[in-house]
Amino acid sequence: MDKTQNNKAWFLILPVLILVAFSAVIPLMTVVNYSVNDTFGSNDFFWNGLGWFEEMIASDRMHAALGRQVLFSGIILAIEVPLGIFVALNMPKKGFWASFCLVLMALPLLIPFNVVGTIWQIFCRIDIGLLGHSLAALGIDYNYTNDALDAWITIIVMDVWHWTSLVALLCYAGLQSIPQAYYQAAKIDQASRWSVFRYIELPKMSGVLLIAVLLRFMDSFMIYTEPFVLTGGGPGNSTTFLSIDLVKMAVGQFDLGPAAAFSIMYFLVILLVSWVFYTVMTTLDAQETK
Amino acid sequence: MAQITLKNLAHSYSATPTSDADFALKQMDHVWQDGGAYALLGSSGCGKTTLLNIISGLLRPSQGRVLFGDRDVTDAATAERNIAQVFQFPVVYDTMTVRENLAFPLRNRGMDPAYIKARVQAIAQTIGMEATLDRKARGLTADAKQKISLGRGMVREDVNAILFDEPLTVIDPHMKWELRTQLKQLHRDFGHTMIYVTHDQTEALTFADKVVVMYDGRVVQMGTPEELFEAPAHTFVGYFIGSPGMNLLDASVTGNVAQVLGAEVPLGAAYAPIKGRTQIGIRPEYCELSATEGLPITVRRIEDVGRHRIIRGEVGGQAFNVIAPEGSPIAADQTRVRFEPNRINVYADDWRVQGGAV
Repeated sequence: MDKTQNNKAWFLILPVLILVAFSAVIPLMTVVNYSVNDTFGSNDFFWNGLGWFEEMIASDRMHAALGRQVLFSGIILAIEVPLGIFVALNMPKKGFWASFCLVLMALPLLIPFNVVGTIWQIFCRIDIGLLGHSLAALGIDYNYTNDALDAWITIIVMDVWHWTSLVALLCYAGLQSIPQAYYQAAKIDQASRWSVFRYIELPKMSGVLLIAVLLRFMDSFMIYTEPFVLTGGGPGNSTTFLSIDLVKMAVGQFDLGPAAAFSIMYFLVILLVSWVFYTVMTTLDAQETK
Repeated sequence: MAQITLKNLAHSYSATPTSDADFALKQMDHVWQDGGAYALLGSSGCGKTTLLNIISGLLRPSQGRVLFGDRDVTDAATAERNIAQVFQFPVVYDTMTVRENLAFPLRNRGMDPAYIKARVQAIAQTIGMEATLDRKARGLTADAKQKISLGRGMVREDVNAILFDEPLTVIDPHMKWELRTQLKQLHRDFGHTMIYVTHDQTEALTFADKVVVMYDGRVVQMGTPEELFEAPAHTFVGYFIGSPGMNLLDASVTGNVAQVLGAEVPLGAAYAPIKGRTQIGIRPEYCELSATEGLPITVRRIEDVGRHRIIRGEVGGQAFNVIAPEGSPIAADQTRVRFEPNRINVYADDWRVQGGAV
């Protein structure tokens, strides 16, 4: 069949194009502009080519921040995904307690990021914080402001507290969509609890689990507010993750060129890793179907 | 395999049932023969799935006992009962291959791998799925999945009964016939006790040796397809079985004569005086239009379905159907309908009354 050529349809997406141009493309281009230019102030720019990129790729500071970032994302994924699944499996399926648990689980997700940081900042202080003071009273040497390990533990516990419910809620939705007949069939087949999980629940949850892992990875890889409020990247540089480092560089030191190159690479890394995640998981899925 | 006995069985979904209406299943006593093919037939909400779940152990009855052979299994868990069930929507383990699916119940019971292998092969042959044994179950069609879930049930040699909960609902019409015929064949070859829940009379009548018709939480009749057709024990059976169902007319009966709409209708048997609402029931197949004899009928329309014609009309203001053979003349002056006396059933308060010799 011959299709009618009518390019007027392009006008329909024009508003979106304009909106996206203003909200994303043009700001991004400013960053690109800074990343390939150098300046001595008073808006005099001169061409620097890929100089900033080369400097940043070779910089130990960025390597260290990237290393900490990968470690952090790895740890919280390794904790939150299994824990979220475990919580979802043990939540009541219906009735009052189901709604109660849902509300309870949703609460941490509703708290603004900087408030979460503040809550934990106070909660863990050894002089007035409930947790910090109790630990100190028990004789445990805990101080997140001057011990790197304590700072890491505190940030990870905070992130687990804040975000595990997202994984749990997504998994719970996946579990709720499994028809009762599957469980009945499993009973008849004398399947063990582990088999039910492995062959019924996990396959049915795989779709939402993929989304949960992706979301948690992207969010944790971009984490800024909570550790900034809690530790400010310290003690020393021990909790300085990529975005904290980026802000220090751009706003603190006003090194706009390196910071711009840094942020473009940061963006590309996130894009790349997310794409790899998605492709790997969907191809695995497609292979299973065959 | 075992005979299934239901003793004083009743079930209510409410914790404190007060009236009869609270019971999804009214009290019943039945014995289901070992190796029989039974169909549980009834409209939605009549309690047939409840009954099936009680037999499979997914539900515990509020009262009464369930016996498999001599063993009381009322409190036994599903897994202990050794039954198999095929559900309305195909239940297969998506991530496993067909082979792993079939082996799953045996592996969970810790059987010897060599035995499992041989057994899976044999079952795959029975259900005609040898060629697809190593495919993932996920991509298969609905009828293939249903065959797998049937195979998962049959793979255990000691299975007590195979239960089917409307298994053909999601199957394409042309595959329904094939699967039904296969089921019948499997039943003949292996002699499992099979219980088949459906609301489709064709499925029930072609599959089962004995059809159990349920209505409002009660088993209203248990009989062969022929018995259900010739002597429906309850007006619901008359209405539900047959296409169209049985015609019912209010009547008063004395001896072997029924008074209907002021006219006398001869009956094939003699009846003692009847209490309650009395009706006579006659299947459309046993009615005939006539110019001279019988009750006056107003013909509304005639449907030609190919092998016969269905005459839709009214007798005494009530819908009334007559089936006329293809090719027989229907004339404008045939304003009366005549019945075969031997085929008339008499009902008191919806239940069939047994007549005596004339």
